[in-house]
Amino acid sequence: MIVILDYNAGNTQSVMHAINRLGYSCKLSKDLNEIQQADKIIFPGVGQASVAMNELKQTGIDKLLPQLEQPVLGICLGLQLMCTHSEENNTLGLGIFPTKVKQFNTPLPVPHMGWNKLQFNDQPLFSGLDQQAYFYFVHSYYAEWCDFTQATATYDLSFSAVLQKDNFYATQFHPEKSGIAGEQILKNFLSL
Amino acid sequence: MLTKRIIPCLDIKNNRTVKGVHFLNLIDAGDPLDLAKLYVQQGADELVFLDITASNEGRKTLVNLVQKIAQEINIPFTVGGGISSVEDVRSLLKAGADKVSINTAALNRPHLIKEIADQFGNQCVVVAVDVKKIDGNYFVFKNGGRINTHIKLEKWLHTVETLGAGEILLTSMNQDGTKDGFDIELMQLAGMCVNLPLIASGGAGRASHFAEVFKKTKTSGALAASIFHFGEVPIPELKQILKQKNLPIR
Repeated sequence: MIVILDYNAGNTQSVMHAINRLGYSCKLSKDLNEIQQADKIIFPGVGQASVAMNELKQTGIDKLLPQLEQPVLGICLGLQLMCTHSEENNTLGLGIFPTKVKQFNTPLPVPHMGWNKLQFNDQPLFSGLDQQAYFYFVHSYYAEWCDFTQATATYDLSFSAVLQKDNFYATQFHPEKSGIAGEQILKNFLSL
Repeated sequence: MLTKRIIPCLDIKNNRTVKGVHFLNLIDAGDPLDLAKLYVQQGADELVFLDITASNEGRKTLVNLVQKIAQEINIPFTVGGGISSVEDVRSLLKAGADKVSINTAALNRPHLIKEIADQFGNQCVVVAVDVKKIDGNYFVFKNGGRINTHIKLEKWLHTVETLGAGEILLTSMNQDGTKDGFDIELMQLAGMCVNLPLIASGGAGRASHFAEVFKKTKTSGALAASIFHFGEVPIPELKQILKQKNLPIR
């Protein structure tokens, strides 16, 4: 079973529809047993870091998530909460990726909103994709580069667009909203 | 590099796409879901659906339509028209919309912008601004362009940015429906006022109009309706032309 974490974040519908379109079934859940027994877990996220972190604490997901051994995919705010700290409302994260989340400080419009390319390493998550593919981003905060950065994107500066450490994967862009290229990323994750 | 967005806009009435000039002489432009799917296939970067039915009956139909769109569309889409409360926003986002566009309700009660941004994040708050140039100044209009608020554009843009808007959809009422090109001066002015993504609307008639607004202003997206619905400017050709002009296009 594929479980989408239910912690009152926006956007869960879009992720579920995208997974259904790929021919998989999935379930929205905040039940710790159900999460623990899932084959794969998706940690979506749209909203504010501190609000989302409080929701995770109330359900106990904050303690469980870093201990999981099955593949986990964080999306957007999901990625940011998997880092050590976010400047958004000075929020402590889950600490899975040893990097910090900073606010864009640029003369360019913020949020970074729209389609952008990645520079990625050879990795199962990018199977079937080339460096010309575009992905949909919408965010005002970014994770700094670290040893677990598997892809970067550039908006004034270069930031972590994909992170991966052991069974933990995370994308700053929205694969569920990134057309065919995004579907390929989800397909690759679901076939890990 | 972040690409410039081409955004078809679908006006929805009674579950159909319609197009008219200033809500008059509405012409049926087809089934919104079919049209949306076609635009995704053609390479549209985002879609905007504006509900021009005001009744409660119409709202329920809209939520159902949003659900259907979200099931089938794999690119982001914004829904607007008649949104006046956090609850309206919640039902549309829950149905699968990525962003909501607010206009009159924000002018009647600006704090609504902050309430939506605090609850759902500022990335989902598009503030639609309709402006008309009168004696050299741009004034903001509400109620579908029928009422002049006498608020100057510069002041309103500053207010909505401070309150947490994530994006501005700026329509030139002077240019709307003319097919004479986007209002370049207006978009330049708006680009100086705010550091938010800006979508230009009103006046698109030819591919060169898109090139002009992207080259001369900070606009990150350009919106059009009838020229796409009636095939006057097909999206694949438009994007090809913009690429040839060295604009960053997906």
